Amino acid sequence: MKISVIITLKKDVLDPQGKVIHQTLDGMGFDDVNEVRQGKYFEIDTKEIDNDKAKAKVEEMCKKLLANLVIENYKIIDPK
Amino acid sequence: MKSSVITFPGSNCDRDMDVALKKFGFKNKMVWHDDADLPKSDLVVLPGGFSYGDYLRCGSMASKSKIMQSVINFANSGGMVMGICNGFQILVETGLVPGVLLRNKYLEFICKNVFVKIKDKKNKYFKNIDNEVLEFHIAHNEGNYFCTTDQLKEIEDNNQIAINYCDEYGKVEDHFNPNGSIKNIAGIFNKDKNVLGMMPHPERMIDKSLSGEDGSLFFNNLINNLK
Repeated sequence: MKISVIITLKKDVLDPQGKVIHQTLDGMGFDDVNEVRQGKYFEIDTKEIDNDKAKAKVEEMCKKLLANLVIENYKIIDPK
Repeated sequence: MKSSVITFPGSNCDRDMDVALKKFGFKNKMVWHDDADLPKSDLVVLPGGFSYGDYLRCGSMASKSKIMQSVINFANSGGMVMGICNGFQILVETGLVPGVLLRNKYLEFICKNVFVKIKDKKNKYFKNIDNEVLEFHIAHNEGNYFCTTDQLKEIEDNNQIAINYCDEYGKVEDHFNPNGSIKNIAGIFNKDKNVLGMMPHPERMIDKSLSGEDGSLFFNNLINNLK
């Protein structure tokens, strides 16, 4: 089963890369952008076949390694 | 005095640290990250570098390596653990010291000498140092110290700030802040002040002909404090 995780910076954390991307987009003519925030995306292929168990495992992975909860939030996308 | 320097895949300041520690009298051992046991040590150092290529987040992979459980146990039983640069990033990822280190505010790798003001001398790292200001070297891409408002309050209430970026006279102001760190924080302690994480490299300032000697002051003082 494949489970996806999206990790984003929390609202109050400065994202200088997102800012530079925003400025570049602006320079390219995409001038209606309010803000850009850069994040991370993971695809985890697990042997677990039970949906809930797999999600619980991935949540544990997020808390222990994939995200740093001081600055980041994680969102687990429902497996298909 | 016995010290141990941990080498992770991608560490590159481990040998500099070994040279520095030996120069000031430590009997140092190099310890591989995949070893489980820590040799008997009075000081454990997590050196600078790019452990695991800075994958995921700087220090995140190294913080889960085999030796780190022994380092965490050592620190929790009062042992002296010092993390420099990438070592500081590893320490925050273990949770031994609070906060995180973000990408530098202006997105550039910074490599230069800086001045830091010693904020707290009631600890074994800076006790008895006469100077208020030291000149150290920094070389990092992710040294922008960040923590939550609650964490900052706790850090300040417990006097856990070790050093702040400043000018040569010890003025801690915004424009002497090279990387955007909250409150110009360059180094912090854990609550008991046996664990120190800092971005500057004292091991690069131990020879006048190469750079400077404020690192010599630091290491000389450190070994005397541990005796």
